[in-house]
Formats: sequence, C-alpha cells, structure tokens
Amino acid sequence: MTQYLYMIYGDESQLADATAEDWALMLKAHGEFSEQVAKLGGTVVDGNALQPTSTSTTVRGQMSGTPSVTDGPFAETKEAMGGYYLIEATDLDQAISFAKLVPTTGCVEVRPIADTAGG
Amino acid sequence: MTSLQQALDDAYRREWAFVLAATVRVAGDIDLAEECVQEAFVSAIDAWAKNGVPDKPGAWLTTTARRKVLDAHRRDKTLRAKLPLLVEPDAEGANSDNWLEGAVLNDSVVPDDRLRLIFTCCHPALAHETQVALTLRLVCGLSTQRIARAFLVSEPTMAARITRGKKKIKGARIPFRLPQPADLAERLDAVLSVIHLFFTAGHTASSGETLVDEAVVDRAIDMSRMLYELLPEEPEVQGLLALLMLTDARKATRTGPDGELVLLADQDRTQWNVQQIVEGTQLVTAALTRRPAGRFALQAAIAGTHAQAPTYAATDWSQIVGLYDLLLVAWPTPVVALNRAVAVSMAEGPQRGLDELDLLSEHAGLANYVYFAASRADLLRQLGRNDEAVAAYEQALRLVENEIERDYLDSRLLEVGQIT
Repeated sequence: MTQYLYMIYGDESQLADATAEDWALMLKAHGEFSEQVAKLGGTVVDGNALQPTSTSTTVRGQMSGTPSVTDGPFAETKEAMGGYYLIEATDLDQAISFAKLVPTTGCVEVRPIADTAGG
Repeated sequence: MTSLQQALDDAYRREWAFVLAATVRVAGDIDLAEECVQEAFVSAIDAWAKNGVPDKPGAWLTTTARRKVLDAHRRDKTLRAKLPLLVEPDAEGANSDNWLEGAVLNDSVVPDDRLRLIFTCCHPALAHETQVALTLRLVCGLSTQRIARAFLVSEPTMAARITRGKKKIKGARIPFRLPQPADLAERLDAVLSVIHLFFTAGHTASSGETLVDEAVVDRAIDMSRMLYELLPEEPEVQGLLALLMLTDARKATRTGPDGELVLLADQDRTQWNVQQIVEGTQLVTAALTRRPAGRFALQAAIAGTHAQAPTYAATDWSQIVGLYDLLLVAWPTPVVALNRAVAVSMAEGPQRGLDELDLLSEHAGLANYVYFAASRADLLRQLGRNDEAVAAYEQALRLVENEIERDYLDSRLLEVGQIT
C-alpha cells in the first residue's frame, strides 16, 4: 500500500460565494466519496477543506537564522488549493480511480508520500 | 557476420521485450531487471559459443536473467525487503522467498508479460514524450543514444528523460499490470499512438539527410506485430499494423537514386512490396468490420486505396475523400483536415481544394506546418497563380527541417520562379 496526497485545486471565488446550502451539499458529496473509497478497498487516512489563500501566511528562510514572515503566497492563479485528502491505495491505478471520484469542479493533483524509512 | 553473432542479434531483437518483461516480474524493479537482462546477453556470448545456441534462446535468456536477479536479491537484503515494488501480488504470495525461487527455477512456465511492460511504459500518468522514450528503450531495447538521435535531442537529455520516467514508475507506483477492462480502449489507444509516433518519426526523420530511419521504423513494425499477436481481435491493433504495412510497402520508392524525394504521384508502383500490400489489405478489411471504424483502421483504408490504384490519376479519389470524412469524425485534427483538402483537390480540382485549405488557414496548429504551406503552394501553382505560389513555397522553405524535403521545395520554387 502507498499513501497519496490528493491536493484539490479549484476556483476560490466559487467557494467564497457558496451559501450554507451549497456547503451542506458539498459536505454530503465528500461523505459519499469517502464511503466509496472504503468500498473500493482504499482508506481515507485524513482529509480537510482549507480556508481561502487570503488567510495564508508564508514563513521562509528557516535555515538563515532570521526567518521572514509574509502575508499569503499572493498567488495570482485562478486555481488555488482548497482542500486535501490523504488516501492509502494499492498503486497509482487505484489512486487515479479514486481521484476521478473526488467531488470537485477543479482538479486533483495526486502525489505519492515519500518513503522516509530509509532507502 | 558469424552465426553466433547473428543468433545474438536475432535474440536481442526478437526476445528483448519478452525477456525483460519476464524478468521485471521477479525483479520487482525495472532498473534491476534491465541490468540483469543486459548481463544475461553478455553471458550468452560465452555460453552459446561453448554449448551452441539453445533451442529457445528467449527461455535461456529469461532463466539466466532471473537467476541474476535472485543473486542480486541475496546480496542485497534491503532491496529484497522492499519487494515487490511493481508486481501485483499473485495468488501464491509474491513476497515469499519460495515464490521467488519458484519463479526463477520453473523454466517451463514463463508467463508472457510483454503486454504488462507495454502498458506500464505507455501509462497515462507519464508524459507522452516519456512514454515514447521508455517504450523504445524497454520494449524495443533500443540504446539511449539511438533514441536520442531519432528524436533530435542530446544523449544526456534522452537519458535524463528515461531516468525520470523510471523514477516516476517506481515512486508513484505505476503498476506492472494490464488495465481494467473499462480502461482498455483508452489505454490501448495510448499504446497505439506511441507506436505510430515512432513509426512516423522514423519515416520522415524530421531533420537530417535521410528520409527514413530504418531502425526506428523496423522497431515500430516489430512492436505493432507483437501487439497483434498478443491482442489479435482488437480492430485498432489490426488497423495500426495494416497502416504500417501499407505505408512501409512504398518505402523503396519514396526516394530516388540520389536520395531525392519522390512524390506518391511519381513513384514506381511496380516496386511496391506486394506481399506487404496483400497482408495490410487483409488486416484492414478485418479492422473495418467493426463500426464505427477507428482512426488507425481508417488511415489504413486510405493507404490501402492508394496501394491498390494502378496510377496516381486513376486512384479512387472520391473514396479517399469519403474515408477522410469519416476520419475527421473519428480523429478531428487539423492535419487530417489538411489531408482531406488535398484529396478534395484531386477529386474535384485544385480550386475546390484551395477553397477547403483556405477554410483551414485560421487554425493556429497549421500556421507553422510545413505541409500546409507546401500543399497551398502546389495548388496555387496548378492554378497558374505563380506569384502567390512563390510566396507559399518560400514560406514552406522557412519551415522545412528535412534536407530531402528542402531540395524538393527548392526545385519546385525554381520551376515556378522561372515561369513568373
């Protein structure tokens, strides 16, 4: 089994305009997604929605001794990461089949978690 | 060449994919498998010289390569602990030592894993150029240097591309497995596109002084034939092999005695390879029974119509236009539309063809396409619009990369220039 991080990218303005009813529908769709992954033999290890990039803070220069703190990543791109899943799958084919089920109008980047246990 | 050298060369060309695929299964790692297969071929030089060429060179090489894998696993426990990286667990439990020993020593049953290897190399998670490079390296056994030359990049660039591809297979865990039935059509199309791409790349070696890169063209045909052996019922597999046969049948006549380009209209049809035409025609007939016909079957049907025409003028151009109409539905690309316009000019005259071409001139994809400018130039020349023809030939000359095609365009430009 390999763990994959699913980075869900989408149009932030859509989320900003979402009503309570939209959120309820979204949460329901994500609940169904998790159930489907489990049914197909995968495991959702973790998953969350993120607040918009306007709430983001970037800290850099950690190795310099004087790290700097700045507001946001100031991404001008229309698509921003709005949520993530950490899912365990047998291989990339299964991971892709799960990615196809993620309820999003944006896209999903699927990246394997590195094996840091040596080698 | 000695008979031993010949046997080794034959084995390399015919058995490479089989041996490597069967070795990846036990190695669980492409790099290790590749290394062990290379070593097995080296071992064969002495062993075959001493004991003669074995009856089944592929089986001999596979067993030898798999023993080397086993040795490597014994030497390196950490490597072994991480197995299998790629291979889907089989019923017998792929991870157990017994399974590995069994797989190596059980010479009689060597499963044919070539399809798994092909689908792994052409996995949609790999960039198209990486798919092509990996397939030529791992399935066709072509050297990195050779592949680099065919695709006009430096050897280190090509080596880096291949290494990146292998790293992704390992890191992202692209499985060494056949696609699910629901995905087969799409995954197969990717494989066929890769083979077709290196066939065309080899066929109009896009720059340089020869028109045909024999090694790459031959490997495309070999691989297409291999795929047909493995999946004989798939119409698009039949279609691709038919297309390659029917195109390759004209190979000897595409260039003249001094290497100059000879157009389809001027080729000596008596020199076309009849055997390839017969085989290609049978395959395309089978492929066309499935409706709607796929893009490779339709392209093969077009090539077949040309192959059966007694002369260029006596070609059934209206049938060719009809086939392009179907192809434009199956595979709507600007290049198909361009070829259709040229066929229209043959069926209904240069003016009608030019009208069709002008409808396509807005296409961004065609603006810098040498054949678009060259086709336009030819039609303008036929219509006696020589000034415009000169401009179009000049534009084509700015875009052309292949020396032989450049010579052809130069001679046409000279012809029209003199009339003006």
